Amino acid sequence: MKLREIKEILNAECLTDDDCLDHEVDFAFGSDLMSDVLAFVDENTLLLTGLVNPQVIRTAEMMDINQIVFVRGKRPSDSTIRLAKANGIALLTTKEILFMACGKLYEKGLRGVPIV
Amino acid sequence: MTEEIVASFDYQIEKDDFKIAGSASSHIKKILKQLGLPNPLVRRASIIAYELEINLVIHTVGGAMHLEVHPNCVVISTEDMGPGIEDVDQAMTEGYSTANDTAREMGFGAGMGLPNIRRCSDEFSIRSTFGTGTWIRSEIHVG
Ligand SMILES: Nc1ncnc2c1ncn2[C@@H]1O[C@H](COP(=O)(O)OP(=O)(O)O)[C@@H](O)[C@H]1O
Ligand SMILES: [Mg+2]
Repeated sequence: MKLREIKEILNAECLTDDDCLDHEVDFAFGSDLMSDVLAFVDENTLLLTGLVNPQVIRTAEMMDINQIVFVRGKRPSDSTIRLAKANGIALLTTKEILFMACGKLYEKGLRGVPIV
Repeated sequence: MTEEIVASFDYQIEKDDFKIAGSASSHIKKILKQLGLPNPLVRRASIIAYELEINLVIHTVGGAMHLEVHPNCVVISTEDMGPGIEDVDQAMTEGYSTANDTAREMGFGAGMGLPNIRRCSDEFSIRSTFGTGTWIRSEIHVG
């Protein structure tokens, strides 16, 4: 699924450059636990989270996660957004809660990271 | 392990420094990529480095992380100045964590770090003296 479509489904705002909306994702993972992201996530994944600290960006960087949706209207600081941009990570923010955001994307066909 | 070293870096990791936590791991990941190591290996090394680095930040008074790249293996290790681990087997158990609220607010403290580091390693060793410090070594084979 294209990030552009995800932005529309979640009525989200893009916090990084618009050309990142061409990113294509295969799976999604919703969590506020970064250790779980580090334990379960596979390639080409969309991360949905309510955390906005710099460690979320670092975690994404380590896992080659190139797109993050912040839920519940959360917004990272400018320096955190800069860190994401420096690493080519697209950031979206939506007012939806995590459950609703995941539900809406699932309804449109996006699936969770396969857990082995 | 051969004696020949392709690359070697040392990083000083500060206690509770959440602003720059992860920058050493970020550097390690960039080095391994530049050396042209395969993506799955770089990913495993990144997870190991980052979980080790975060542990130094949230569980210790501070310490050091080292990267050594040899032709046939990548070694990432840490040593810290305390407080040490009382029961290493317990610390290695999935879900066991003594992380404080600040660490939890950052998304850590699930007790998954050490088990994940071991899972990503081809060789893993941990030594700790309670009251003194902890030494951890993780090796990934190349090819
Ligand atoms: N370098 C260290 N020094 C002291 N204690 C440590 C260190 N690394 C890990 N620990 C202990 O082992 C526990 C488990 O670590 P880990 O699996 O990484 O989970 P977490 O970091 O989420 O607590 C920690 O909660 C802590 O008590
Ligand atoms: Mg940990």
